[in-house]
Amino acid sequence: MSILHLVNKSPYENSNLNTASSIMKADDVLLLIEDGVYGAVKSGKASAMIAGQKVSVLGPDLAARGISEDKLADGVGVIDYAGFVELVESNDKVQSWL
Amino acid sequence: MKFTIQVNEGPYQHQSADSAYHFAKAALEKGHEIFRIFFYHDGVNNGTRLTTPPQDDRNIVARWTELGQAHDIDMVLCVAAAQRRGLVDDGEAERNGKDATNIAPGFRISGLGQLVEGGIQSDRLIVFGD
Amino acid sequence: MSDTKKFLFFNRKAPYGTIYAWESLEVVLISAAFEQDVSLAFMDDGVYQLVKGQDTSGIGMKNFSPTYAALGDYEITKIYVEKESLEERGLTLDDLQHLVWEDEDEDYAEKDSIRLVSRAELGDVMAEQDVLFNF
Repeated sequence: MSILHLVNKSPYENSNLNTASSIMKADDVLLLIEDGVYGAVKSGKASAMIAGQKVSVLGPDLAARGISEDKLADGVGVIDYAGFVELVESNDKVQSWL
Repeated sequence: MKFTIQVNEGPYQHQSADSAYHFAKAALEKGHEIFRIFFYHDGVNNGTRLTTPPQDDRNIVARWTELGQAHDIDMVLCVAAAQRRGLVDDGEAERNGKDATNIAPGFRISGLGQLVEGGIQSDRLIVFGD
Repeated sequence: MSDTKKFLFFNRKAPYGTIYAWESLEVVLISAAFEQDVSLAFMDDGVYQLVKGQDTSGIGMKNFSPTYAALGDYEITKIYVEKESLEERGLTLDDLQHLVWEDEDEDYAEKDSIRLVSRAELGDVMAEQDVLFNF
């Protein structure tokens, strides 16, 4: 049983990414959408929170914010909305950290 | 799979309504069924009929109407949230003595039980909000 | 028809500054009519919702905090409060309302509804659920 965690806010705006990354279990997956994608940028201090976790970001939200994929922390996957749906299918439930 | 989608924020103010829409479209394209889209808190404003967005930008309300009608999706505005925020359909106008209605096509106003039922009947609940 | 599902309602926002605390409580109350296995979780600023002694007369808003005390009557008996969130905010259980439910199987004995859990334990509770609600 695994949970898909969604974070949609920048880690520099609030502590949702901190909460999500600290409570998720080894099999869980974190998907960063909307302003949450800033948490995956390697040069940002907050990217340390997601080290060692299964993390993906929504490509369209990255592109909208002018973040190129080479700026992402290692191991972060980039997916589209179809990939988002697949993550919902393959995990048992979804937790939106609002 | 059967999905229930919850939208907590109004159009344009937050990206939630957009993310929910794109997710819903992708889910339908993959052959999933959307059991219900439930609009709560300021999300009920996604069902307001009288918006005039700029021509060069997306029309969020019309987009929901189109998606809902093309795929026969049950799009529900929570009655308690709608009453607070002034979203009115014919039934609500009559019940509460309002002299107008302002609900967009494809939406209906109903109780919170619809969200709970969505949670019970669906395989997944996905919440978009602030 | 489908079996009973385990619902967990998350509360992570402070009361009054936004409407989420109150409007999420409205969903919880309605859910009682559907006879599912309902739990609540209070973490991050959500723990502030349970602080006792709320007086809203000066801000002209409805004080909805008495509603939490009624949850026991709606058969909601599992209210998880996260330890780390309390500590971060300098709160203890004593600052919160004492929420109870009456166990009709034990002569209506009054029992505590609030279960203090660590973040890790709350993660275990989450893993057991079927549906997670957030507002």
